[in-house]
Amino acid sequence: MYGWLWRHLPGPVWVRVGILVVVAAAVVAVCFFWVFPEIAPLMPFNDITVD
Amino acid sequence: MSVGQDAERPAPAHRRSVESGAPAHRTSSVIAVVVGLVGELLITLGVLLGLFVVWQLWWTDVAANRQQAEVVADLTWAVTPDRPAPSPQPSAPEPVHRTDPAPVMAEPAHATTFATLHVPRWGADYLRPISQGTTRQDVLDVLGLGHYEGTAMPGAIGNFAVAGHRTTYGKPLNRIEELVVGDPLVVQTEQAWYVYRVTETLTVGPRQVEVILPAPSQPGVAPTQAVMTLTTCHPMYSARQRYIVHAVLDYWMPTADGVPPEITGGV
Repeated sequence: MYGWLWRHLPGPVWVRVGILVVVAAAVVAVCFFWVFPEIAPLMPFNDITVD
Repeated sequence: MSVGQDAERPAPAHRRSVESGAPAHRTSSVIAVVVGLVGELLITLGVLLGLFVVWQLWWTDVAANRQQAEVVADLTWAVTPDRPAPSPQPSAPEPVHRTDPAPVMAEPAHATTFATLHVPRWGADYLRPISQGTTRQDVLDVLGLGHYEGTAMPGAIGNFAVAGHRTTYGKPLNRIEELVVGDPLVVQTEQAWYVYRVTETLTVGPRQVEVILPAPSQPGVAPTQAVMTLTTCHPMYSARQRYIVHAVLDYWMPTADGVPPEITGGV
């Protein structure tokens, strides 16, 4: 999967590394700002209120 | 630029021609590809789970602390380290610590910030907003301390009960175990300061909600004093129990009369 990705990225090594760093940062940002806040309430350790 | 690609491209074609003559060899290479893919997916999942832990334990604090500082800064009446109360005129009378019935505001709308909390035991810069309600997504996770709806408001006879996170999301009650009997909890509203003093700390089960009754842990008993209760999770990073701090109103004073000595280092 990652080998395939690496072979299909254009440019010399430093360009590919740069692209991957940008993609990784984007994945982290999407997780921090949208994905994790959505799934956090579903985590058992976040179930703190009683009715 | 494309030297590497040109060198690699013929290789798969060559490998394919060799494999076509050896079915067993092709099967094992398919298995290797599948195992490799599963392995990479599992590694990716592990990295994402690690990221989630970083988000939960670190980023929620960063985001909530920033938001709560903004909320306090937006309260134009709130006394903060950056915005100390104007020093009273030299001719002004000494602030009177009043113990007559305190002014009590009506319960505001859900998720409205109506008070601040200073706790000298947690540092002179400890200052958090208190907002209406104890739901997580719109109060406890973002605004910090939440007032249990239906319990007394600051200064009122009854139980002014407040919940907050012990860990994560800005952890406003992180250091609750450091409180000892006699410590002041200083609440400011737009009208008045209310200085409570800690009377009792205890741990209870999560369903022992009687700690926020008007007369704490005394069902059916009419309250006779103005009590404040802090509730948070216990032990840290767990929701197995609750850590409870009860305090009783010591005195109140109008905000126009200055600042309680408890938060200016006087006591």
